[in-house]
Amino acid sequence: MIDRKTRVTIIGISIKLVFGVCAFLGILTTIGIIFVLGNEGFQFFRQVPIWDFLTGTEWTPLLEPKSFGVLPLVVGTLQVTIGAGIIAMPLGLLCAVYLSVYAGKKRRNTLKPILEVLSGIPTIVYGFFALTFITPILQKIIPNTEIFNAASGAIVVAIMILPMIASLCDDAFRAIPRSVKDGAFAIGATTNEVVMGIMIPYSLSRILAAFILALSRAIGETMAVTLASGSNPQLTLSPLKSIQTMTAYIVQVSLGDTQAGGIEYLTCFAVGLLLFVMTFMMNLLGQIILTKFRVKSL
Amino acid sequence: MISPTRIRKEKAFKFIATVATWTSVLILIVLLTHILSEGWRWLDWQFMDSFPSRFPEKAGLKAGIFGSIWLMALTASISIPIGVFAGLFLEEYGIKGIIGKIIEVNMANLAGVPSIVYGLLGLTVFVRYFGFDRSLLSGALTLSLLIMPVIVVATRESIRAVPNSIRFGAYAMGARKHHVVFGQVLPVALPGIMTGVILALSRAIGETAPLIIVGAVSYISFIPEGIMDEFTVMPLQIYNWAGRPQADFHQLAAAGIIVLVSVMLVMNFVAVLIRHKMQKRYRF
Amino acid sequence: MPKLIILMASITLTLPLFFTTAEAKLRGKVRIDGSSTVFPITEAVAEEFRNKAPRVRVNIGVSGTGGGFKKFIKNEIDINNASRRIKDKEKQMASEAGIKYMEIPIAFDGITVVINPKNTWATQMTKEQLTQLWQTGSKVKTWKDLNEKWPNRAIKLYGPGTDSGTFDYFTKVINGKSGKSRANYSKSEDDNVLVTGVAGDIDALGYFGYAYYAENKNSLKAVSIDGVAPTEKTIQSGTYTPLARQIFIYVNTNSLKREEMKTFVEFYLSNAANLVKDVGYVPLTKDQYNKYLKEL
Repeated sequence: MIDRKTRVTIIGISIKLVFGVCAFLGILTTIGIIFVLGNEGFQFFRQVPIWDFLTGTEWTPLLEPKSFGVLPLVVGTLQVTIGAGIIAMPLGLLCAVYLSVYAGKKRRNTLKPILEVLSGIPTIVYGFFALTFITPILQKIIPNTEIFNAASGAIVVAIMILPMIASLCDDAFRAIPRSVKDGAFAIGATTNEVVMGIMIPYSLSRILAAFILALSRAIGETMAVTLASGSNPQLTLSPLKSIQTMTAYIVQVSLGDTQAGGIEYLTCFAVGLLLFVMTFMMNLLGQIILTKFRVKSL
Repeated sequence: MISPTRIRKEKAFKFIATVATWTSVLILIVLLTHILSEGWRWLDWQFMDSFPSRFPEKAGLKAGIFGSIWLMALTASISIPIGVFAGLFLEEYGIKGIIGKIIEVNMANLAGVPSIVYGLLGLTVFVRYFGFDRSLLSGALTLSLLIMPVIVVATRESIRAVPNSIRFGAYAMGARKHHVVFGQVLPVALPGIMTGVILALSRAIGETAPLIIVGAVSYISFIPEGIMDEFTVMPLQIYNWAGRPQADFHQLAAAGIIVLVSVMLVMNFVAVLIRHKMQKRYRF
Repeated sequence: MPKLIILMASITLTLPLFFTTAEAKLRGKVRIDGSSTVFPITEAVAEEFRNKAPRVRVNIGVSGTGGGFKKFIKNEIDINNASRRIKDKEKQMASEAGIKYMEIPIAFDGITVVINPKNTWATQMTKEQLTQLWQTGSKVKTWKDLNEKWPNRAIKLYGPGTDSGTFDYFTKVINGKSGKSRANYSKSEDDNVLVTGVAGDIDALGYFGYAYYAENKNSLKAVSIDGVAPTEKTIQSGTYTPLARQIFIYVNTNSLKREEMKTFVEFYLSNAANLVKDVGYVPLTKDQYNKYLKEL
């Protein structure tokens, strides 16, 4: 018979092992993705010089004559992602404030799940929603808006990521120990002052983590932007024009009728690789900012 | 005395926050009404019980409903334990130094990889390399990879928010690490973890592109009987119908969306219930 | 008496077995993938086949013609729905992998050039005008650029994405090489969107598959090319040229050795003529189908 002390030790070690393996899976996945993308991506870069790829302004790999400048796709992606972020980050934060501070218990318990439903609506539904509802409204307000445009994509992606920000920030606010909030109220602060001056700074790291997660999802959104913003890779800063995001392009090539094995097919992996690198840099930046603001637990 | 400016600022802030939240709810209501009006006519038992057909009157969502439920159950049972355990490991046991940093950045990075890339990964690894072919297993594994980062990050953040006083109290009484983790930290962190799980699964049920690549089909006349069977999911059938020229199919697609959102609502409701119960127990 | 009843009952219950056709007892799998354009036809066939051989599991994916070929070459699927012919690189990869196949055209699709119903001037166009309008670097901006008598207003162009079989074929026959096209038009993979676009703008012009025009005849007008309007007759007979194209299935000849596969493909060709019409495409002639049936 194993005595209790040894038994507990064994359990402890095995749990650590099992957990460790699970954590390791994250690394494995990344390696897998890099391998899948890199393998074919590498073949692409043997045929197209990286410099032309990164700085070219014409993206027409499926048209004759072919051109492989990826900038239009990058700008398209940034338009939609940054646009969605500008809308969703403040709005989401405000929703979280309302949920955790102003709403009563009953309201909160009904509203929070409702908001989370927004997040669960399939991305294709948002795509059609953008086309049939949001774009016509935009076209009425600003007559020059094209049927596919970056703004619709940004709005619809914002709606998609808003619940993520709202819910995660709400959890963050609710995790603040009462003593911290009560102290501020005790010296006569108004609610908005407590929120702006105490709650947000205290939870800043968690809020930023939510932002990064939401922006990551925004940058990787596929079907909604494909339907809303179009398949027209053109280099433009106007949000009213049709563009194509990197993800929309990947979808187009993977699910379309492109010739298997041709260089057109390889472009899909090259773009995927670039997207991966971009997301990585964005997250790295976010992590650096995060560590600066992390508050040590009491 | 509290100055009138401060009172005004307070009122304005409250107003903005309230408007923001209710506008979001309004958007949801608009969206759902729009879909409901398009599709409610086609919602009947026949619709839920039939397989795909070229005739809108005969076509139904049965294959997709069963496929989605099977897939979600499988995905949840894979991704939740692995995701939560991974998050627990990284937070409680942790890897110090630069490797730990890399893992952290890596996790958030994975959350941003487009879903279709996971599809390509799943095709190469699960379908071809492991030989699982076009099966529920391949689909579930692919989706698990897709949603795991969200669960891991949400888990980590919730665990970080647990005050150390709780941990130290338990250690002080002689508890071992895994006692502390399972008995003290996890219950307190559970609500936050559930939020992550809800968000992750809600996203998974609506995914189309990665599943198409991994081999979910658009036409199938059988419901899955095992995890190695071929399958289809509701969003796929919906997408297929929406792309047909006949207007009836578009309305059918709307009806499909209603069913999909309803299933998702039920899932959410169950998870929210669990979260609510846990949140009531541990408040400080 | 009871013995008689039992005897009658057992005969009645086993009677169906005597009448079950060999097909109804067939088991097996038929794995299909490929183009979403051809999908509705194959789906219709599978649906009817289910009545004949309910135990055969047919499943059909929509990874696109290219994605389907990739799987076909890896022997992961038995049939590829293809909205275009197999390309050289794909042929090469197939022969390297030892995959032998049969290319079977199963329907016609007439690519229809459409304009808004209120457009009264451009109902007849020539192939040369189309080329002028759609070629790479085309300078055509207004209707007047194509014909002096037409209005001096900008044309709003709609068309399929650069990745579709329709685009592939259109550019090949109109502009000389597949992929050669002007880049500044509203592209969409979803033909329904194109329909909405053209139906909503008096100066719009677009092109897509015949089925989408046929479904929306009251919100669109079809343009006659070189005097020929796209109808089922003209597409089938070939007079609607050059925009009538064939769509195909590619069948793995090795898979045909399986009984359920052979039965399925035979069923496909025998019934395609009717089923194709149900989903908005144009069938080949009976003789054309029979020719391939014999080859099986």
